[in-house]
Amino acid sequence: MTALLDVQNLSLEFRSPGNPPIAALQDVSFTLDRGETLAVLGESGSGKSITAKAIMGILPKPASRITGGRIMFDGYDLLSLPAPRLRQVQGARIAMVFQDALSALNPVQTVATQIAELYRVHRGMGKRQAHAAAVEMMRAVRIPDAAHRADDYPFQFSGGMRQRIMIAMALALDPDVLIADEPTTALDATVQAQILELLGEITERRRMALLMITHDLGVAGQLADRALVMYAGRVAESGPIGSMFDGPAHPYTQGLLGSIPSAAHRGGDLPTIQGLPPDIARRPPGCSFNPRCGYATEECRTGLPALDRFAPERAAACHHKEEVIARAAVGA
Amino acid sequence: MSESSIAMPAARARQGRPRSGLRALWKSPWFDVAALIILVVTLMALFPSLFTQIDPRDCDLSMSRLGPEPGHIMGFDIQGCDYWSNIVYGARTSLEVGVYTAAISFVIALVAGSLAGYFGGVVDSVISWTSNVILGIPVGIASLVILYQFRSRTVWTIVLVLVLFSWAATMRYMRSSVMQVKNLEYIQAARGLGVGPWRVLGSHVIPNAVTPLIVMTTLSVGAGMAAEAGFSILGVGLKLPAFSWGIQIALASQDGNWQIAPLLMFFPALMLGLTTLAFVVLGESLRDALDPKARR
Repeated sequence: MTALLDVQNLSLEFRSPGNPPIAALQDVSFTLDRGETLAVLGESGSGKSITAKAIMGILPKPASRITGGRIMFDGYDLLSLPAPRLRQVQGARIAMVFQDALSALNPVQTVATQIAELYRVHRGMGKRQAHAAAVEMMRAVRIPDAAHRADDYPFQFSGGMRQRIMIAMALALDPDVLIADEPTTALDATVQAQILELLGEITERRRMALLMITHDLGVAGQLADRALVMYAGRVAESGPIGSMFDGPAHPYTQGLLGSIPSAAHRGGDLPTIQGLPPDIARRPPGCSFNPRCGYATEECRTGLPALDRFAPERAAACHHKEEVIARAAVGA
Repeated sequence: MSESSIAMPAARARQGRPRSGLRALWKSPWFDVAALIILVVTLMALFPSLFTQIDPRDCDLSMSRLGPEPGHIMGFDIQGCDYWSNIVYGARTSLEVGVYTAAISFVIALVAGSLAGYFGGVVDSVISWTSNVILGIPVGIASLVILYQFRSRTVWTIVLVLVLFSWAATMRYMRSSVMQVKNLEYIQAARGLGVGPWRVLGSHVIPNAVTPLIVMTTLSVGAGMAAEAGFSILGVGLKLPAFSWGIQIALASQDGNWQIAPLLMFFPALMLGLTTLAFVVLGESLRDALDPKARR
């Protein structure tokens, strides 16, 4: 059976006049099925948000170009769908929650108008009916006093409430796939927990597929079934989140997990991955991670490791994955 | 319900739409004065008989260039006509030129600027190149040359020449404003939710991008009025028997009339200056009110 969303070997580059094109994504593949939560992990600039925007079809148009691969959704390739057909999918069957709700909401429209727009565009509802549906949706994401607050503008809401509005917009048409791009980064810790709980609850109840972009490993562990670790525009490792966190097969995943502060680090320096993520315009030859990697050998500096399946459902792009897994098993 | 009104008193105090920055405009005395001037001039333009009972064409040569006297507060012009009633009747023409020019430029700039900025590509190239050509022409000389070709000139002749040279600059403003807004995240969000390009443009991009255009348009009303007067002085504007402040200034400047009767120059210039200034103040106030970053 094919998955609901199947991204196959997606490659994408950015081009600007006078500069060589920059490969932002290389050969990214993953699948996502109904009722499943996939966490996409990685540092800033690793290609997480670009992947999400590629699926949503909202990449900046002349600047970016898809150079290869397919995004299969429910049997259709989204990349070759004509624009009017694509718009029927966008928002209705695949929807997205943005990172910063304040900048993702139109400042000069009331929140209800913005939620109602979805009902008007996709369902052809009249103004009044769409407004009522929008208020209903605001209640569903537990905005207190929704009927009164419907005609307020985004700036009149707190950060957490704004993110709820975003979620209401994304969920308005009961999509099959929900993409959440770091939905809690702009929020404080207590509100984060509420929003995550809300997302988890709704996606579970409606059996949605959730693509959760985050760099918070705690959030990923709590919510996701599987994880996809990205580094410099490529997939470093993918697999069920439990077995990945217990025994990472890529040194980068290992480094990420090792950087979680714990009681053992009390009083000392927190562990980090040394070095900086590479400039994707100037990737090091071979494996992009080799300058920062403790396992790196000559092979890593010359040959790009393929994303190899080494166990059912688990894959990693590393020449030394056996060694990495062995090290993790010893408890290093 | 009683529970929520205790927990959230703000929910009851909030009635209808929130206070907009526009209401704060009235607190500025300069804005009040400007609004008053514009109101009075507009009334003059619409209902001149409210301000004077004297026929501006009822002239008596024996009164030529006489100074103010009771019943004729601004005295008489060269032909011996009542100057105040000429000023009142001239308001319409001057205001028409300013307002029509600004309004037509606004519409052209809004449409062309939005299309060029939002869609880019060939549309943008065509519109931008056209505007570049316009911007490359020396406006003053070109206007003189064009207006000189017309034997009889109406308000519309002057308006169209002014629009021809003024839309390009305002269009560029709108275009850059649209280009700035279209890359913001909420536009991406709207597109990502399946909203079509025309709807995104009309209900998300333009409302967020139009402010600088509104301000520029308001500022340009005064410029249009001043240009009308300038054309009259240079002999390519409106001519008698039309009424306009420009014609009055032009007649006063001929043959050294203003040296004999300086008030003939002073009154229409005063009216023109005050009105132009009022539109500038209005535009500046609008900018401060509509742009939260510039608000002090």
